[in-house]
Amino acid sequence: MLRDGCTLPVFRAEGVTRVYRTGKVDVWALRGVDLSLAEGEMVVLLGASGSGKSTLVNILGGLDLPSGGRVFFRDQELSRASDRQLTAFRRDHVGFVFQFYNLVPSLTARENVALVTEIALDPMTPQEALDRVGLGHRMDHFPAELSGGEQQRVAIARAIAKRPDVLLCDEPTGALDSKTGVQVLEALHEVNRDLGTATVLITHNASIQRIAHRVLVLADGQIIRDELNAEPVPPREVSW
Amino acid sequence: MKALDRKMLRDLRRIWAQALAIALVLACGVMVLTGAQGTQATLLQTQSAYYERHRFADVFAGATRAPADVVQAASLIPGVAQVEGRISFQAVLDIDGMTEPATGRILSLPAAGPGLNLPLVRLGRLPDPSRADEVALAEPFAKIHDLTPGSRFRGVLNGQLRELTVTGWVLSPEFIYTMAPGAMMPDDRRYGLIWMNEEAAAAAMDMGGAVNEIALRLTRDSDERAVIAALDRLLDPFGGTGAHGRDRQASHAFLDGELTQLGAMAAFMPPIFLIVAAFLVNMVLGRLIAMERAQIGLLKALGYGRREIASHYLKLAVLIGVIGVLTGWIFGWWIADAMIGLYGDFFRFPFIIRDWGTQALVISAVLGMLTAVLGGLRAVWSSLKLPAAEAMQPPAPPSFARGVADRVLSRLRFRQTTMMIFRSILRWPGRAAITLFGVSTSVGVLVMSYFMFDAVERLSDSVFQQANRQQVTLVLARGQTDRAVQDALALPGVLAAEGAYAMPVRAVHGHRNRLTALHGHFPGAQLARLVDDAGHVLVPPAEGVILPEMLARALQIEAGQVLRLEMLAAPRTTLDLPVVGIIAQGMGQEAHVSATALFTAMDSVAQVNMIHLAVQSDRMDDLNVAIKKTPGIAGLMDWAEVRRQFDATLSENLLTMVGIYTMIGVLIAIGVVYNAARIQLSERSYELASLRVLGFSRVEVGYVLVGEIMLLTLVAIPVGWGFGYFLAVGLVEAMSTDMFQIPFHITRRTFALAALAVFLAALGSVLMVRRRLDRVDLATALKARD
Repeated sequence: MLRDGCTLPVFRAEGVTRVYRTGKVDVWALRGVDLSLAEGEMVVLLGASGSGKSTLVNILGGLDLPSGGRVFFRDQELSRASDRQLTAFRRDHVGFVFQFYNLVPSLTARENVALVTEIALDPMTPQEALDRVGLGHRMDHFPAELSGGEQQRVAIARAIAKRPDVLLCDEPTGALDSKTGVQVLEALHEVNRDLGTATVLITHNASIQRIAHRVLVLADGQIIRDELNAEPVPPREVSW
Repeated sequence: MKALDRKMLRDLRRIWAQALAIALVLACGVMVLTGAQGTQATLLQTQSAYYERHRFADVFAGATRAPADVVQAASLIPGVAQVEGRISFQAVLDIDGMTEPATGRILSLPAAGPGLNLPLVRLGRLPDPSRADEVALAEPFAKIHDLTPGSRFRGVLNGQLRELTVTGWVLSPEFIYTMAPGAMMPDDRRYGLIWMNEEAAAAAMDMGGAVNEIALRLTRDSDERAVIAALDRLLDPFGGTGAHGRDRQASHAFLDGELTQLGAMAAFMPPIFLIVAAFLVNMVLGRLIAMERAQIGLLKALGYGRREIASHYLKLAVLIGVIGVLTGWIFGWWIADAMIGLYGDFFRFPFIIRDWGTQALVISAVLGMLTAVLGGLRAVWSSLKLPAAEAMQPPAPPSFARGVADRVLSRLRFRQTTMMIFRSILRWPGRAAITLFGVSTSVGVLVMSYFMFDAVERLSDSVFQQANRQQVTLVLARGQTDRAVQDALALPGVLAAEGAYAMPVRAVHGHRNRLTALHGHFPGAQLARLVDDAGHVLVPPAEGVILPEMLARALQIEAGQVLRLEMLAAPRTTLDLPVVGIIAQGMGQEAHVSATALFTAMDSVAQVNMIHLAVQSDRMDDLNVAIKKTPGIAGLMDWAEVRRQFDATLSENLLTMVGIYTMIGVLIAIGVVYNAARIQLSERSYELASLRVLGFSRVEVGYVLVGEIMLLTLVAIPVGWGFGYFLAVGLVEAMSTDMFQIPFHITRRTFALAALAVFLAALGSVLMVRRRLDRVDLATALKARD
């Protein structure tokens, strides 16, 4: 299902499964997911812990391979891609934002962003990316000198600096209080609006779904609900 | 600079102490390699330049008395470029300020000026050909006695006391290393070289129109063996004592032996350090990467490829390698300088051509970098295998399974903290093995270095306590009957006198031959005895010869086979004797027979040409005065003085060497233990902080950390002893030369000292790390599980 006015799917998943084998037990993280995501779309992925949200996003982002089914980024099949192809895919097309920021502690904010701009095809400058998330004045601070919200915004700056086609955010507000979380969502919202970057946002916080164009709910490794949101609200109107 | 490179530099700053510990171990290997090879290259360069510039001869020969025209005849031998004959003899010298007599070797200078073995005048001038009393002295001897040009001293030349005037100081390529005949160490105070006009020397020795030494230089493409054979034939009627090449020329052979030992050291030691360093790089980088697994996952998520991530971490290894190699070069240069300085005390070069040992620099750099990269490669490889999504998750807790060892441990009812120690070793046996290997290596290196003290003590005991119990040995100018011994008994202070006889021989077995000395042992000798390295006194039987191991090896002869001994002095007969014994003997490479058998074969009455004396210690001065006035004595050896020299020289050299090796051994121990403990601390800070939260004291928690490392150290010590034993065996093999064999004997003291040094170094290192445990913030440590 595609939102009105969105024609081309960025991602297409067909019957995707993922099985983890721990010891003698098989754990099914995904049990046949079919999905299509459009350009410029802001999608919120809801679900309880262990529902398979992160696994799905990892597979979409080329961090992991499905055990079964097929996944396409535009016309490139990710489920059959080599390690080298997946690396190139991540480098050129995907921006990641993680719950615990995953900044390199030994690099300053600017250098953390530069980590990406140095290898991307058509990046912004680190300054520009940090300005976009309102951190232009804290560029030379190390992660340890920044608050949680600031660290997450650096992570967003790092993710968007390469002008990615998709932004995959795994619980980006999970470690933040409501006020700081809203600031982070604002940053993501602006990127989606201004740069037209398709954005997938994992959360188990139901309030956040109001900012999305579309909401997917996962349970037990399957999509159990897929709804369009006709009237998305700006993040500042959300609280939890 | 790229962000990743910046990260690498900051990583390095964070782990600087660990990186430094690795770099220093690496530096040790590089240092020994470049130091030893730099010294070797410098000595070689200097030697060859000195030989070239001062026309060092290729072949040397002696005779009793040959007419001067043999020089002309020798020049006609094919392959001979230049010949020179001279007169050479020993003399007892009376030097002001010395109660005991010194011994001098007088060498004649051709009237037309020397053409071979050119003396280098360092001060003053060579003697005037028209002045019979003028002599030039070897610089070291003259310096010690302050015999400047114009000074005078007395010498007993052929039984006549003569007053001689010094004209200058000289060095010669023939005497880079100078030892009196029969001595063990150079002694510049008691033994000197004296250059004198040919005419004056001939007059003094009654050798007009004759020579007793010949030196010659070969043409480029000549066959040395053929020339030597021809020269032997030429000199045979004149009492030829055997021609030989540079390999048997005392100074050259000694220098050559030293160069061989340096080469052995450069080849033998560095691999050990490089292997340890590789393991350390692996251990530290492995841990760094384990701690960075989330960041590696992130880099992958950001689109960095395997190669970029691998090169990022390998750069760190390379940087450690660069630091190690550069430090090693600097210390290697310094050590080479120090060693060249030490050698300068024995090897008298007029100049030093300092060689960088470029080859060693290149080899050590390549090996050092390879070590670092290979050490890092395995760690880096393991990090790359992890899929990005998994890498960003914290690692699963290590799985502890209950194995057989575990069941045994449970039965022993240890405290839980002790169980943690054992489980950790069992869970990571590879890491425990690296620690064990590193620590045992350092024990091994120390055993090997302290073993040198044992060896020298054993050697000194065997030579000075067991074999040579005489205080003085008189060397007679020529063989005399037993009456000389009776006369010696009458000298002041002499308690006992014992004759001995030695003559130059050529030992022949098959196509192999060696010039050596044959010692005849009189029955019942008590002062000078034949003693092997194990301290057994041997008496040569009536029929048979006893050989030292190195000589037997050179001749490839075994016990039971027949050795031919060609006498190179009158009566110049040949003896064919079975080898009845081969003994390990540290110093001296002579063949031994019974005197009775020798004189029977010579068809001569018993003779002596050496007299060993036991002397009342308070009457040495009287004896010395008497000896100076006694004709017929060509020289003497004061054994107390020889021992003092031996001890002083060896202890100075040994202390330097052992000091360096101790530093190296301790550095390895520190490098390994410090790194192992740091890794333990970082991996288990969560666990250890939990113990503190549960109410364990700092000491109890520290016990887990210190206990594991020290337990491994204790296990490593006996392993290291075994390792050291084999290193010592290797060292004996590598360092033994034709002239000198290291006896193999390791005392308990050596094992104990090595163990103690490593134990203390390990304890110090682990306690240093333990102090960090006090600084761990409990709340943070519990939150951050990497």
